[in-house]
Amino acid sequence: MASVAASGGAADAAALSVRALHKSFGADEVLKGIDLDVRRGEMVFVLGPSGSGKSTMLRCCNRLEEPDSGEVLVEGDRLTGPGVNLNRMRQRIGMVFQSFNLYPHLSALGNVTLALRRVQGMAKAEAEAAGIEALNRVGLSDRARHYPSQLSGGQQQRVAIARALALKPSVMLFDEPTSALDPELVGDVLDVMRDVAGQGMTMLVVSHEMKFARDAADRVIFMDGGVIVEQGPPEQVFGAPTEARTRAFLSRFHG
Amino acid sequence: MEAILQQFFNLDIMAKALPLVLKGLGVTLLICAVVIPLGALGGLVFAIGSVAKNRAVRWVSIAFVDLFRATPPLVLLIFIYAGLPFAGLKISPFAAVTVGFFLNNSAYFAEIFRAGLLSVPKGQGEAARSTGLTGAQTLLWVTLPQAVRNVLPDLLSNVVEVVKLTSLASVVSLGEMLHAAGLVRSVTYNASPLVLAAGLYLLLLWPLVRVIARFERRIAS
Repeated sequence: MASVAASGGAADAAALSVRALHKSFGADEVLKGIDLDVRRGEMVFVLGPSGSGKSTMLRCCNRLEEPDSGEVLVEGDRLTGPGVNLNRMRQRIGMVFQSFNLYPHLSALGNVTLALRRVQGMAKAEAEAAGIEALNRVGLSDRARHYPSQLSGGQQQRVAIARALALKPSVMLFDEPTSALDPELVGDVLDVMRDVAGQGMTMLVVSHEMKFARDAADRVIFMDGGVIVEQGPPEQVFGAPTEARTRAFLSRFHG
Repeated sequence: MEAILQQFFNLDIMAKALPLVLKGLGVTLLICAVVIPLGALGGLVFAIGSVAKNRAVRWVSIAFVDLFRATPPLVLLIFIYAGLPFAGLKISPFAAVTVGFFLNNSAYFAEIFRAGLLSVPKGQGEAARSTGLTGAQTLLWVTLPQAVRNVLPDLLSNVVEVVKLTSLASVVSLGEMLHAAGLVRSVTYNASPLVLAAGLYLLLLWPLVRVIARFERRIAS
């Protein structure tokens, strides 16, 4: 949409910036000051033990979780603070959930077109054309009229990716996108993620898919105890981690 | 045996009662046509209120629902019709029935809708909000359709209850079906008009009860 493009920030701004992000649940301080820049087109993987705050950090990036303090910016535009049009900003941030969260009462196409029609105000035919195109990108345009209950878990997650892609976001957040899938269905979803990354999408991914992270990520971040402990290219973080906590975590996966 | 037939299944008396009882049925259906949509709408509003973020809205909604679920509908109806005039508020039987049933129905519909809203996983709303839908759009397009589908048998059961409840309107002399049948009974000294009315209720509600049973079986399977 023209209005979205017009509000874009400086051309050299990071696709996604997180500044001094803090979040507590009661007395439990889950995020203790996170700083992170994701460059345009970069795929960043976030690893860490459960309870490390990685999912909370991701959910703060579209304010499904409200940060206590700190800033989130998308292409230089503030997501946090007074006067922010949150619903407009959220269209620039696609989110893919662990449990897919497809709308069970709508077809695959209905899932993909809902926001196109109700938020972006497209006419039905226009939205459906855009929806088919998005489903095509995840290889499921032939399943457009199927309902979520008629699709496999892997197909459901690909429809969820299409739902996020259809809004043409600037950045996509993936919250453990393959954790709820049967092992034999994981590969299809990862292939789609690789395709989307290949087309230049900026992606921030919380996941335990170590092998995929090693192959496909531009950068790997290791979080523990609400802080970023270590980050770098995958070969460095996996091959020669400098922090003891990173080594301890990775050793549990390598055996 | 003959006496029982004469007293309860007297076809002559039923035939004479029929025009008045059918007129009563018309009033019963009219009451239903007014109070069921009103009650469902009120119930939806209070259900949404009872899960609202705002604490005051939540508190008022829950208090309303609790109060009118705990008030016997007959007491409520007589209070509105015969009690409020002591405060200078005199209203017609039909208005009294509409107000009383609205309060009672809303409370029951609200509990059902509330259960429906709570049955929709939180992730549904999160997915919708993450695509930029507003809270109201999320409710309308994502949460509510699923909520209604999940409690459809309960909603229909409540409709059956409301139809039966309309017979209470007879106590404020609103000429619905029970009132009409009772009138004929009192002049003929014969119970057949009441059996006729009961038969018509059965005819009206049995298909609905069947449909509900089918829904419940489908959901259970």
